[in-house]
Amino acid sequence: MSLSTTTEEPAEGGKRTVEIDSHAINFGPQHPAAHGVLRLILEMDGEVVERADPHIGLLHRGTEKLIEYKSYIQAMPYFDRLDYVSPMSQEHAFALATEKLLGIEAPERAKWIRTLFSEITRILNHLLNLTTYALDVGAITPALWGFEEREKLMEFYEAASGARLHANYFRTGGVAKDLPAGLEERIGEWLEGFPKFIDDLEGLLTGNRIWKQRTVDIGVMSPENALAWGFSGPCLRASGVPWDLRRSQPYEMYDQLDFMVPVGRNGDCYDRYLVRVAEMRESAKIVRQCLDRMKPGPVKVADNKITPPSRAEMKRSMEALIHHFKLFTEGFHVPAGATYTAVESPKGEFGVYLVADGTNRPYRCKIRPTGFAHLQATEFLSKRHMLADAVAIIGSLDIVFGEIDR
Amino acid sequence: MADENQAGEVAPVAPPTPHEVLAASVAGLPGVISTAIENGEVVVRAHRDSVPALMTALRDHEDCAFEQLMDICGVDWPQRVERFDVVYNLLSVSLNQRIRVIVTTDESAPVPSVHTIWPVATWWEREAWDLYGIVFSGQPDLRRILTDYGFEGHPLRKDFPLTGYVEVRYDPERGQVVYEPVRLTQDFRNFDFLSPWEAMTTLPGDEKVPPRKQGGAP
Repeated sequence: MSLSTTTEEPAEGGKRTVEIDSHAINFGPQHPAAHGVLRLILEMDGEVVERADPHIGLLHRGTEKLIEYKSYIQAMPYFDRLDYVSPMSQEHAFALATEKLLGIEAPERAKWIRTLFSEITRILNHLLNLTTYALDVGAITPALWGFEEREKLMEFYEAASGARLHANYFRTGGVAKDLPAGLEERIGEWLEGFPKFIDDLEGLLTGNRIWKQRTVDIGVMSPENALAWGFSGPCLRASGVPWDLRRSQPYEMYDQLDFMVPVGRNGDCYDRYLVRVAEMRESAKIVRQCLDRMKPGPVKVADNKITPPSRAEMKRSMEALIHHFKLFTEGFHVPAGATYTAVESPKGEFGVYLVADGTNRPYRCKIRPTGFAHLQATEFLSKRHMLADAVAIIGSLDIVFGEIDR
Repeated sequence: MADENQAGEVAPVAPPTPHEVLAASVAGLPGVISTAIENGEVVVRAHRDSVPALMTALRDHEDCAFEQLMDICGVDWPQRVERFDVVYNLLSVSLNQRIRVIVTTDESAPVPSVHTIWPVATWWEREAWDLYGIVFSGQPDLRRILTDYGFEGHPLRKDFPLTGYVEVRYDPERGQVVYEPVRLTQDFRNFDFLSPWEAMTTLPGDEKVPPRKQGGAP
């Protein structure tokens, strides 16, 4: 395929013909705008993308295979390492799936804590995505501001679970431990200033002429195409499909909470940005409601065959010690069955298809990553766009390779 | 129940749940072997050859309206004749319902591709091919997707070892990345946690005891 253009300027007297061949370029895997290890083979017609072929799997660690060889308790930390930007949301899907097969339900306070941290995770994820997306497009300041705010949120993670990223906090039957004293007040204090931060962030981007030139009408996805291409979460809502699992198939405490589901209209990169900003505001409202309505109480089910006994109890009770030992060596046995359980992770529908065979290890644990479907649509979205627009499209899809490659 | 019917009074029948309505309407679609509600989820087992007709019907039928294909995955049951399950998880955004379609296949029998019905299926089918070796007919782009370039074998099959067959390292003398057979410094440990008290039906030494005396009250 070649394109010949004829220039009108007489170079050395006559007309000059320039031959431009279509050529393939290798975008990534070590490209800062590739969001990790994306290798994108772009077939270019000059500066225009003709074909985009994402090569994934460069971060494949065989998580699904490893989980088949681990007990249910040992499998949980693998979920943090999938989408390392929103760890607790992934744990949530696995915790809900095992609870469904076991036929148990977390106590009320655990549900509030899970809802609270799901929303903190959502803010955490959107802050990283929006600011690095802006960075790809050329705005540096949002990233500097956003990472400061992320740091505060990760301190909450650390206070609750002991780790900033790989929390391993949501467990089957509840959460690992109760929130430490004073954390609820700290989250409340942070919440006071957060809407102002979003205003500042929007001040940098929402009306910014360059930002709009780079994102408006770029990578437009119609609602029909978004559904056919398996979109979910903010990307689907930006295309105008009002669909949110928190609202339509509520889990935990979402049916008792008052929040709105922002929906876009045009399905372009700019709408995907706007939907995420609006979601952060809604998440902040949910966090506030959780803090107001949380009451003291147990944070895991009382059955010591599934959740470990307290440390103090273990020092005195022989039975508690045996339970602890059995739980962390053998784990619990899950009755045979299968379930597909999905949560609304910050990126969209994160699902776990869990097949149990009655032993202490999952027979099959299929992880339905969100970004997998989104990344597949890269070619559809970036066709006949400029190379720089492909970068904006990838940024707007919120790609994290930990979960796509698994 | 029988007494009530004789008395001519019909007990108030609970209205069917949305799951039951869906299962009933799906039962008549082409290729469906059985429908069931497991753990509150509608599960349909079907013949693999009728997958395109069934999926088109599930997408276009007004009672189903499954606009979205969320996931295709394989499950390996090596002891079965047709060892693989291919599981399709569908979602209807307009009717707010989910369904799971399961078909079976083996290493060589192809499953018809559904990428013409939902374009998203291409990558899910590539993944199932890569990890299990399930063949999808009519899929023009059946390349490996998650594993390395030049990888051999299908790693999620149950007979594929967890440690794999080759390991990769950078060889500074040859100045390139080399593939070598896996060398384990200690044997791979795989513990069997099935307690003999719960799982073993014949205890060692009890082989000559008649079966009716085993496992019963002392």
